[in-house]
Amino acid sequence: MTTRHPGRSIMLTSGLAIALAAVAVPFYWLAVGATHSSQEIFDSPPPLLPGGHLAENLASLRETADFGRVVLNSLGIATVYTLLAGAVCTLAGYGFATYRFRGREALFGLLMLGLVVPAQITLVPLFKLMAELHWLNTYQAVIAPNLALPFGIFLMRQSMAALPQELLDSGRMDGCGEFRLFLRVALPPMRPALAALALFLFLYQWNDFIWPLIVLRDSATFTIPVALASLQGLDETDYGAILAGTAIAAVPMAVVFLALQRHFVSGLLAGAVKE
Amino acid sequence: MTPGATTTDGRGGGGSRAAATPAPSPAPAPAPARPRRRAGRSAPYLFVLPALLLFAAFKLYPIAWSFLLGLHRTVGGTETFVGADNYVRLADDPLFWTALRNTGVILAVQVPLMLALATGLAVALDSTLLRGRPVFRLGFFLPMVTGLVAYGIVFSVLLNEEYGLVNWLFGLVGVDPVPWLTEGMWARISLGLALTWHYTGYNAVILLARLQTIPAELYDAAAVDGAGALNAFRHVTLPGLRPALLLTTVLSTIGTLQLFDEPYVLTGGGPDNATLTIGVYLYRNAFTYFDFGYASAIAYALTVLVGVLGLIQFRLLGEKS
Repeated sequence: MTTRHPGRSIMLTSGLAIALAAVAVPFYWLAVGATHSSQEIFDSPPPLLPGGHLAENLASLRETADFGRVVLNSLGIATVYTLLAGAVCTLAGYGFATYRFRGREALFGLLMLGLVVPAQITLVPLFKLMAELHWLNTYQAVIAPNLALPFGIFLMRQSMAALPQELLDSGRMDGCGEFRLFLRVALPPMRPALAALALFLFLYQWNDFIWPLIVLRDSATFTIPVALASLQGLDETDYGAILAGTAIAAVPMAVVFLALQRHFVSGLLAGAVKE
Repeated sequence: MTPGATTTDGRGGGGSRAAATPAPSPAPAPAPARPRRRAGRSAPYLFVLPALLLFAAFKLYPIAWSFLLGLHRTVGGTETFVGADNYVRLADDPLFWTALRNTGVILAVQVPLMLALATGLAVALDSTLLRGRPVFRLGFFLPMVTGLVAYGIVFSVLLNEEYGLVNWLFGLVGVDPVPWLTEGMWARISLGLALTWHYTGYNAVILLARLQTIPAELYDAAAVDGAGALNAFRHVTLPGLRPALLLTTVLSTIGTLQLFDEPYVLTGGGPDNATLTIGVYLYRNAFTYFDFGYASAIAYALTVLVGVLGLIQFRLLGEKS
């Protein structure tokens, strides 16, 4: 049905290009703002090109918010979370996708309830639980509650369902135990799906705000979003520094995403649409 | 939703073979089948066990606890049972109704506009007329990667009434400065703009994936029947998109009802509670006033709301697919 319409093609492409440019404005402006002093940011006219204050902003960040520590906190928490949650979700996804067992549908349905029930309902009890465990201001308080992430389990089950049963059976005939079968036979072809899961989990934890905000009250344990929000609340907000911190939070993630996006988008879509 | 079921169906009686594990088997040589079979049956449970335990400890248990908390009043750290008092208070709480109304406005205005925009974007991204499709797909998806706090901060600076880039640009074309974040109606619009920026591309990608499963023959048939672009969209594209539209509608509804990060960072719920959402109000009660009982009641009210709206949407959009 596609006859050639060079005119319409150019119109559509340039129309979308304008829309995309509008979408890109906040990104561009973030990069610009991060390199200017607070004063310059609120100049009239506002700065449109990068300035020379990036190092100064970063220094100010380190001073006011111990930002080096904050970045390390975020990196450490997101890495450990990705590894642990990745293991939990992959194991569960494999179990649900490749075995038939009593209560399978009911248990899976129970886990998927977590997608629908608002997260807010657990905030207060979880906070109290963390207090009772003496886990407030600890990294495990941030990491533990979301390890069995329903969306991650869903994603892995969808991907694992594509494993040919013959492959698993032939592994069994060769005398492979169930866990080794999972590690040696099932996981290798799942690499793209695992990459998508890992990226999703990392992003999720890296950007998570409300839960770390609640359990991390000591600024030495802050993650990047919590530290940025606390800076914004100050009376004399140093916006140059905040924007530099925001760029540190956003730009590396965007770059990683761009590098891995093929896996990421197709992996997410495998989960999202095949219902 | 269960492609998994079909793959496992083929296994039939293969279960007993599942346990070639060198399990310590005390059974004598003549009857090794039994313990093996048992080990094979426990295997699936071992795979799903960590997830289930964590889920029970950090989701189910808090959900039940939250219900109990909702029946108590917290004063100075001590809890007294008050039955349904918190819910009675909720019904009479003007701030709760304000939060509900604000959330309702976003739900009624921002969500449909965004989904319409996402549908248009998905169709455009799917069009063979578009050059450089991968770049566009990626570009529109990118805002989703940025954290809510990060983009909230960027928007709050961009939309600053006196010094923001947006009002400066408006000034260039002679438009008076807009009180983006300091006047109720405009604060709601700003919140809507930020949400639309963040989520439209994501929804478009979900819709796009579905779009690509619509067989080209259907469009050919429509063209043979003399349908123009608009009719083809109405009679082929929209019905084909139905499941994905349901998914994006439900996801957006759940997200909107729970909205917290954006209003918290962008406006703090202000000005004058114009962008107060249920999520922000819940947070305030729990972690500013430490009224855990009342916050739990709000959480349960929110859950009921999510459930009811979800059901309605499934009824309306789901029945024909």
